[in-house]
Amino acid sequence: MAGTLAEKVWEAHLVRRGEDGSPDLLYIDLHLVHEVTSPQAFEGLRLAGRQVRRPDLTIATEDHNTPTLDIDRPIADATSRTQIETLRANAKEFGVRLHSLGDADQGIVHQVGPQLGLTMPGLTVVCGDSHTSTHGAFGALAFGIGTSEVEHVLATQTLPLAPFKTMAITVNGALPAGATSKDIILAIIAKIGTGGGQGYVLEYRGEAIRALSMEARMTICNMSIEAGARAGMIAPDETTFEYLKGRPHAPEGEDWDTAVEYWKTLRSDDDAEFDAEVVLEAADLEPFVTWGTNPGQGLPLSASVPVPADIADEDERLAAERALEYMGLQAGTPLRDVSVDTVFIGSCTNGRIEDLRSVAKVVKGRSKAESVRVLVVPSSARVRLQAEAEGLDVIFKEFGAEWRNAGCSMCLGMNPDQLAPGERSASTSNRNFEGRQGKGGRTHLVSPLVAAATAIRGTLSSVGDLDLPYDIDITTFDGTPLDGVGVSPLGESVVVDLPVPVAIQPALR
Amino acid sequence: MEKFTTHTGVGVPLRRSNVDTDQIIPAVYLKRVTRTGFEDALFAAWRGDPSFVLNQEAYSAGSVLVAGPDFGTGSSREHAVWALKDYGFRVVLSSRFADIFRGNSGKQGLVAGIVSPEDIEILWKILETKPGTEVTVDLGAKTATADDVTVPFQIDDYTRWRLMEGLDDIGLTLQEADKITAFEETRASWRPKTLPARHLPSVEIEAARPV
Repeated sequence: MAGTLAEKVWEAHLVRRGEDGSPDLLYIDLHLVHEVTSPQAFEGLRLAGRQVRRPDLTIATEDHNTPTLDIDRPIADATSRTQIETLRANAKEFGVRLHSLGDADQGIVHQVGPQLGLTMPGLTVVCGDSHTSTHGAFGALAFGIGTSEVEHVLATQTLPLAPFKTMAITVNGALPAGATSKDIILAIIAKIGTGGGQGYVLEYRGEAIRALSMEARMTICNMSIEAGARAGMIAPDETTFEYLKGRPHAPEGEDWDTAVEYWKTLRSDDDAEFDAEVVLEAADLEPFVTWGTNPGQGLPLSASVPVPADIADEDERLAAERALEYMGLQAGTPLRDVSVDTVFIGSCTNGRIEDLRSVAKVVKGRSKAESVRVLVVPSSARVRLQAEAEGLDVIFKEFGAEWRNAGCSMCLGMNPDQLAPGERSASTSNRNFEGRQGKGGRTHLVSPLVAAATAIRGTLSSVGDLDLPYDIDITTFDGTPLDGVGVSPLGESVVVDLPVPVAIQPALR
Repeated sequence: MEKFTTHTGVGVPLRRSNVDTDQIIPAVYLKRVTRTGFEDALFAAWRGDPSFVLNQEAYSAGSVLVAGPDFGTGSSREHAVWALKDYGFRVVLSSRFADIFRGNSGKQGLVAGIVSPEDIEILWKILETKPGTEVTVDLGAKTATADDVTVPFQIDDYTRWRLMEGLDDIGLTLQEADKITAFEETRASWRPKTLPARHLPSVEIEAARPV
C-alpha cells in the first residue's frame, strides 16, 4: 500500500498495534533529555523503583538554564543551579550520558543530536521539549512530549500513541534574494495559523525545500510546533547523507551502506494520500516579521501593523487588539518604522553555524546601531568553536555584538539573558509570546538576515534596505565558509569508552 | 491516579484565544524540581491584574475552566497542567487544544474536554451573567451542565477509560515488556546508540565575559 514518509517511519516502530480504540505502542530510537522537563520524571522512576530501560538510547545536555557568561563560575541563580545539579545527580544515578556546561559537546539539545550524528533518517526521536520537531529535517519522526511521557520513555523506551494525521506542505520554485527558510516557515504559520497543524505531521517538500541545507531544513521543522503540529518532516536525500557522513555516531562501513539504502526508501510514495495539503510559491515570499504575540501573527516586512477594526473574525480581532496593546504598536505603522532595543541571534531555530555565517556576511566591516544591544549566542559549544575557527567571533565583536557561550538563552529567558519590561527585540528564535523573553518584553520574530540588517539600522529591516558595499551572495546557504577564513574540518571522531556514570569532564570546572 | 467520574465546581470563563503555556506558567517557574506547589505560578503574568477573572471573588475558587480556542499551545511543559491542577482545576473546556497539552492533561487526571465554539459561548454567557455558577462535568456521559444548559464534550475513548479507571500508563505498558524485548531484538545495527559515547576531541571552551 502506498504510504507517506511519516506512516513508513511509524509502521517501522510498531511494537504493538492498538485495537478497539487503544493507542499503538511505538518504539523510541533516541531520547533526548534536558534539565527542565526531566527532574520530575526521574523522581517518578525512583519512587516506583524503576530503572532507565535503555541508557544507551538516551542522552542529556544542559541548555535551558545555563548562563552564557562566566560559565566557569558557579551559577548565580540558586534555583537554576539546583535544577542543573539535579540533572547531574540523576544522570549519575541512572547511568545516562550527560554533556554538562563547559563540555565541548554541551549545547541546545536539538543541536547536540544532529551534530553528534545521533539524529538520522527513519528514527523516532522524542524529548521533553516541543522543538524536538527540529530533528524531522533528517526524515526522522520527532516530537515533543510532556514530563509524564519522559518518564514513560525512560521506563519502557516506548510511548502509547494514536496515529497522527498527515499534511503535505509543498513549496514550489526558488526563494528570492534576502528570503530564507525562516521566512518560509513564518509565512506557513501565518497562513495556516497556530492551530492549523494540530494533530498533523507536516511533510515539507517541493523544489524550494530540496534546495535547502540541513541547517535551513532544521529551522523549518523546528517551528512546525508553532503551527500546532505534532511534528515536521523532510524526506532524506543527498544533502542529508552528506551532512551525516563522518559524524561521530553516524554508521560506518557496511552499516553506512545498509542505512543509506534504507534511507532512500524513506519518501512519500507518489500516490500516497495526505489528509491535507498546502501549497506555497517561494517566489512570492519576502522577509517576514511578526507583529503580535503568537507566531501566526506575522506579515511581510513591507507591510504595516494591521488595523484590528479591519479584521472580520471577532476572536482574531480581539486577539489583535490585545497583541497591539501588549506590543505597544500603533495600527497602520509601517513595520520598517519599528525600532528595536535588542537583537537576539541564537536558539534552536537559528543559532547554527550557517545562521552565524549569514549574519557575519551582512555585518562584516560595519557597526551596529548605537542604541541597539546585540547578542550572538551559538546553539552549541561546537558551533561556537567552529565560528571562532572561521573568524566569525571577531566580525561580531568588531560589529559591537556580544559573543556568548552556548544555550537557549534569551529565547525563553530562563537564564539571566532577558528583556526588561517594555524592551523590544528582533529575535531569531521561535516564540513571540507575552513575557517569553522576559516579563513585559516585546518580541518580533525574524530571520538571521533580518536580524543582522535590523542590528545595523536599529529598525526592522531587510538586507535589501542596506547599501551593501560589496557583492555578497545571501541566497546560497550551502555551508560554504566565508572567503579567507579557515575552517576546522569535522576531524576524526574518537570513541571514548566512558565508565557509567557518563558525565563527561567539563574542561572548565 | 485518582479515578474521575463526575465533578461539580465553579466555572471560570476565560475569554481569550491562544492561551499558550507561557501564559499558563512562565518559564521562570519551571526551575523547580518538584511535581507540586505550582499554584502560585498559574497565569502569573495576569494574576497581578485586579480585573483578571481569577482575581474576582466569585471565580477565585473555580475548578472548571472554560477557555477560548487553541488552549495550551506552545511549549511542551507539563508544568502547565500541574499549575492548573495545583490551583484546583479539574476540568478545562475549549473548542480546540494543543496536542501536547491535551496529552499531558490525560496523563495527570485533568479532563480536557472539546466543546463546540457555540457551546463555549453559551457557557461563557451563563458564567459571566451569574458569576459563581457551578458546572457539573460528567465524564461517563461526556457532558457539562451549567444552570439548565447541558452541552456535550469530546474526549478520546482511551483517555476517558484511563481517567475513569484511574490507570497508570507506565504500568499498562510494562505488562507488554515481552513485546518490547522482542521488538528490540530486531533493531538494525545502523540505528544509533548513545553509548559508548563518541565525539570529536574534547576542547577547552573559553568562558565569555560581560562587556
